[in-house]
Amino acid sequence: MMFGWTGKLIRVNLTDGTVKTEDLNQEDAKLYLGARGLGTKIWMNEVDPKVDPFSPENKLIFMTGPLTGTIGPSAGRYEVVTKAPLTGTIGASNSGGHFGPELKFAGYDGIIFEGKSETPVYLYINDDKIELRSAEHLWGKKVPETTDELLSETDPGARVACIGPAGEKLVLYATVMNDKHRAAGRSGLGAVMGSKKLKAVVVKGSRSVKVAEPKKFIDVCIDARMKIKNHPVTGTGLPTYGTQVLINVINQSGALPTRNWRDGGVFENAEDISGEALAEKYLVKNKGCFACSIGCGRVTKIKDGKFKGFGEGPEYEAGWALGADCGIKDLAAVSKANFISNEYGFDPITLGSTIACAMELFEKGIITKEEVGRSLYFGDAEAIVELAEKVGTREGFGDILAEGSYRMAERYGHPELSMSVKKQEMPAYDGRGVQGMALEYATSNRGGCHVRGYMTSPEILGVPEKLDPLVTEDKPQWLKIFQDLTAVVDSSGICLFTTFALGLPEISSMIRTALGWDCPDEEILRIGERIWNLERVFNLKAGFTKEDDTLPPRLLKEALPEGPAKGKVAELDKMLGEYYRVRGWDENGVPTEEKLKELSISF
Amino acid sequence: MNGRDSVGKTLIISPEKCTGCRTCEVACSFRKTDSFNPQNSAVTVYQYDEAAISIPVMCMQCEDPKCMKVCTTGAIYKDENDTVLIDRKKCIGCKLCIIACHFGNISYNYEQKTLVKCDLCGGDPQCAKLCPSGTIQFKEATSAQLSKKKALAEKFKSLLEEVEK
Repeated sequence: MMFGWTGKLIRVNLTDGTVKTEDLNQEDAKLYLGARGLGTKIWMNEVDPKVDPFSPENKLIFMTGPLTGTIGPSAGRYEVVTKAPLTGTIGASNSGGHFGPELKFAGYDGIIFEGKSETPVYLYINDDKIELRSAEHLWGKKVPETTDELLSETDPGARVACIGPAGEKLVLYATVMNDKHRAAGRSGLGAVMGSKKLKAVVVKGSRSVKVAEPKKFIDVCIDARMKIKNHPVTGTGLPTYGTQVLINVINQSGALPTRNWRDGGVFENAEDISGEALAEKYLVKNKGCFACSIGCGRVTKIKDGKFKGFGEGPEYEAGWALGADCGIKDLAAVSKANFISNEYGFDPITLGSTIACAMELFEKGIITKEEVGRSLYFGDAEAIVELAEKVGTREGFGDILAEGSYRMAERYGHPELSMSVKKQEMPAYDGRGVQGMALEYATSNRGGCHVRGYMTSPEILGVPEKLDPLVTEDKPQWLKIFQDLTAVVDSSGICLFTTFALGLPEISSMIRTALGWDCPDEEILRIGERIWNLERVFNLKAGFTKEDDTLPPRLLKEALPEGPAKGKVAELDKMLGEYYRVRGWDENGVPTEEKLKELSISF
Repeated sequence: MNGRDSVGKTLIISPEKCTGCRTCEVACSFRKTDSFNPQNSAVTVYQYDEAAISIPVMCMQCEDPKCMKVCTTGAIYKDENDTVLIDRKKCIGCKLCIIACHFGNISYNYEQKTLVKCDLCGGDPQCAKLCPSGTIQFKEATSAQLSKKKALAEKFKSLLEEVEK
């Protein structure tokens, strides 16, 4: 009997339509834990990182963690792993809701999709029954309709992960959506699903998830839940205002990037798009993912007017991208564009940042009204809603926006105006005002991203301790630990937000008692370091070099004009070399032979 | 918890607080089976997406339990706290009680071949203990304990104040 893991994987060959199950490789599971780590290891075992993301040779993996489906705090996560079309790096995005646990209850740790179907299909799993079914009737449909139809033709208690029209049309930042509103959101993993003509995965399960030491496990989980409940961020801030609680906080610290990061880190209308405003105007109810003791999800509704709509969010980074980054203060428009993103299935962070970039191109006269089909000044609330729809259908200028800001800006001869790293847009925290975030963006294995080593936590929120956001000292050391711990958390199946209240000891205790391990905390953190290095190896093999560990010139050269971080640029050069050294990599950012051996990494 | 502490207490649900996280389901199944499986939980959360409503449903511990009435072997009984319980030794697995319950609050665990029904965890219900939003509470259903009654009074109070201004 297996504990934590179910021990079974599903392998689906979409080219010939075959489905089989196989045993989980126990050695790999011990070394890489689950979800993000194990998904990447399985991918690396089977595919060359030079592969074209949209070719049949690229594999798409859905993977849960050993804590997924248990009473671990917010233990409802699963990870989608593949080569990402937006960046060309390793693509790994995780999502909550109830889909991941249901896959475990059906008896599987994960699903490996290979090849490419000729016609649209979906996978239906009900315990031992696993079959590919036609999805012709669903192709072209948005996420909510697709989900409803699938539930009515399978089992109303099933859980659905699917793509919307954006994934079908290969929008480079298309998402995989589950339970209608939750997203494996970044780097365009939904487009890989679309390229394989895989519309959805529907799962229903009736089996049990077991842990090795039930009595000890429940005790450490209850203790962890109490800590989460009593912590100001997870017990008060996030439940009361959702992730949008950060708008005012980050704005006050002078690190809320405004108008394509051109106007510095203070948005004069931040209040209007804040979590406080959302709670007052449009919040219907808080929503929690599976086994979540935080409940940061926002069910929101715009009752009337031209932006009428219903859905969830916006989350902080989406609210920032569609709001401050586009200079927009109309929260109804921001929410509406976010609803559209979820319905068509694409990433609102990249959408907002790409529109912001287009706004700057327009104001500079580089693109014209004829090209866009309308004027496109910063602050135009109607523009983001109209363009969001067009991205979903790739209609008109939407076809260009669908490629992301880097490819768009490059097309018009100004790649420097794309606020991206490795072609993925950086979110919501200005690295000039939070120096650790600058290093985080430059070194993140999936390009511009905030959830690979969330340095905002110590630098702005003071968790677990307050660091000065404007200095570079010690940031490489801190970042390494954050990156490694995040990789552990992502791979375990619990939500990263728990780490505001929990540290390595609590997380290690849950993993140990679930799996029946007897090892020190350090060894569990080492799993995170191993995952980080394997992802780095992926990117190096895919052709990335040290030259790609950089930031847009705006962050490196243009000082912030106002606020607490006034006069600062991102001092990446002071941190990057030290970071490589701390990681045990050579001066080119390549993990040394000794490091790989020490971490038992083979590929 | 001492059994006496649960005298007169009942599970009170406030659906307006429920976030739909289903922690109660996993907590319940764990208590009953030492493993996690919502299918083996005596509480089920029903979610209505468009209406943004989630409702945990479990045994009401009826005053006049139909399940008890149809039980031919006398396996279902009420204890001194009026909790409706199942004596596993007497149960022959006929499942008549599942049919008889008006609310569908008894189900069957096919793995362990046992009935699944809320027994208030012997006076310390885990669903209430672990519910993160305060949706499920274990307390006396007396007027003094019902916050909704108090909330209604407060609404009246502010209305009256408004009128008197």
